[in-house]
Amino acid sequence: MEPILELKQLNCIYSQGTPFEHQALTNIDLSVYPGEYIGIMGHTGSGKSTLIQHLNGLLKPTSGQVLLHGRDIWESKASVRDAKFHVGLVFQYPEYQLFEETVYQDIAFGPKNMKLDQEEIERRVRQAAGFVGLSEDLLQKSPFELSGGQKRRVAIAGVIAMEPEVLILDEPTAGLDPAGRDAILDNIRTYHKSKGSTVLLVSHSMEEIARSVERIVVVNDGRLPFDGTPRSVFSHSKELREMGLGIPQVTQVFQRLKELGLPIEDDCVYTMDEARDALLRLAGKGAV
Amino acid sequence: MLKDITLGQFFPGDTIVHRLDPRTKILMVIIYIVALFQAKWFVTYGILLVFLAIAVRFSKVGAKALMRGMKPVLFILIFTGVLNLFYNTAGTILWHWGIFTVTTGGIRVAFFMVIRIMMLISGTFLLTYTTSPILLTDGIECLLGPLKKLRVPVHELAMMMSIALRFIPTLIEETDKIMSAQKARGADFDSGNLIDKAKALIPLLVPLFVSAFRRADELATAMECRCYHGGEGRTRLRQLVYTGKDWITLISGLALLAVVCVLAYGFGL
Repeated sequence: MEPILELKQLNCIYSQGTPFEHQALTNIDLSVYPGEYIGIMGHTGSGKSTLIQHLNGLLKPTSGQVLLHGRDIWESKASVRDAKFHVGLVFQYPEYQLFEETVYQDIAFGPKNMKLDQEEIERRVRQAAGFVGLSEDLLQKSPFELSGGQKRRVAIAGVIAMEPEVLILDEPTAGLDPAGRDAILDNIRTYHKSKGSTVLLVSHSMEEIARSVERIVVVNDGRLPFDGTPRSVFSHSKELREMGLGIPQVTQVFQRLKELGLPIEDDCVYTMDEARDALLRLAGKGAV
Repeated sequence: MLKDITLGQFFPGDTIVHRLDPRTKILMVIIYIVALFQAKWFVTYGILLVFLAIAVRFSKVGAKALMRGMKPVLFILIFTGVLNLFYNTAGTILWHWGIFTVTTGGIRVAFFMVIRIMMLISGTFLLTYTTSPILLTDGIECLLGPLKKLRVPVHELAMMMSIALRFIPTLIEETDKIMSAQKARGADFDSGNLIDKAKALIPLLVPLFVSAFRRADELATAMECRCYHGGEGRTRLRQLVYTGKDWITLISGLALLAVVCVLAYGFGL
């Protein structure tokens, strides 16, 4: 399968030629395939935010290429702008970017910039609002009257309404309560399933990532040390801990059980369902 | 693009220039500016340029960073240069076309005016590059201290200034972030005519104002939580102490001013 997005030997150096010079990304190679659900993991300052801003052409690589459907997005001025409609990016704390008089108009900002006709905009706004669970009556309210969680949904809907092929979300659940967090993650998963679009979820919470993604990319110190299935990535628990990242608590429990000598076949248990199955198998053997 | 605005930005460091008392540095900048306005010809400008170069060298700020700060005022530089070039009609006429006349005097005045502004900006930038905003306002407050007797609210002014300076980088960062977020939604800040461009600023300015008010509110609460109630009886964590190197710097600064004045007025250099 052809990758939808590709990074080739990407380097990014901030403030070149000043005392603040800082190499944020070093020789990054990354391929994203259509329909994938990828989790991007890395601690604060590891370069993950810089990485995703390269994917839609907000930051220009110091060297290297960003390819969208095999074409360099920095080819022309139009292609850079176009990349933003194909690769939707939801920033951290996106509620601070709301500005319109009504929720409807704010969600419609992206589609309007795509020069779509009124009917199509209306369809997209209503659909996007549905995906993030905003009720119809909220659409005519001012975004500044809403609660924090609702504002966040409006901002996410604003990007979803552009119907990007690739949707990137930077810590979409930061600062939300557990219920709000689960609801937003559920919304994103539903969106991924029903639209079949590619989703990249940036987070430093293992639990959050482990639950839904098929592939994990670890960012550390401007490089990508691990890239693979959650199972293969979480098996490097020692290295992950050294990077200031953890592994899901379930995985930790099972690794400890194994160390204590319980006969657990699975190398890496990382979801609740797997944990249940593993425990049932243990019970069947009469070990517990 | 926005990162180029270096006004009021502080480059942390531990050089002799960084360690000087802020009062010394402020006074030196004033002396330097006064001297700059007395300078008349290559010799005096040269002396001041050497002085500036030495200060820049010691501060390890780097000429590149200093020149980058010049970018926002490039327009003013060109404007003053061109205006002076055509307005001054002293000396011999070199070129004449319609109402435009270029004379040797005009070239001379324009040239020195541009140099003067550039040196002026570099000198003051060096102060803000090497002095943290907190120290800077401490220095200003201390220097303006005598005005308290005349009921000038020196402390309040200094506090307002330090808050303003403190929030310049924050606001720039915030602007950058909101701009990126709106660009990600396809906002276009660069093309179109003047009205389009002004309209394109709405998605940027509304969130920026909202967050500035929120920040101001939070800051006020945080200050009240720490029992801030003006400068009355407030003590300092960092006392400003004048040391030997400050006196030496200041005396050499005054000597510089004297030399420049003598050369400029006595010999017209």
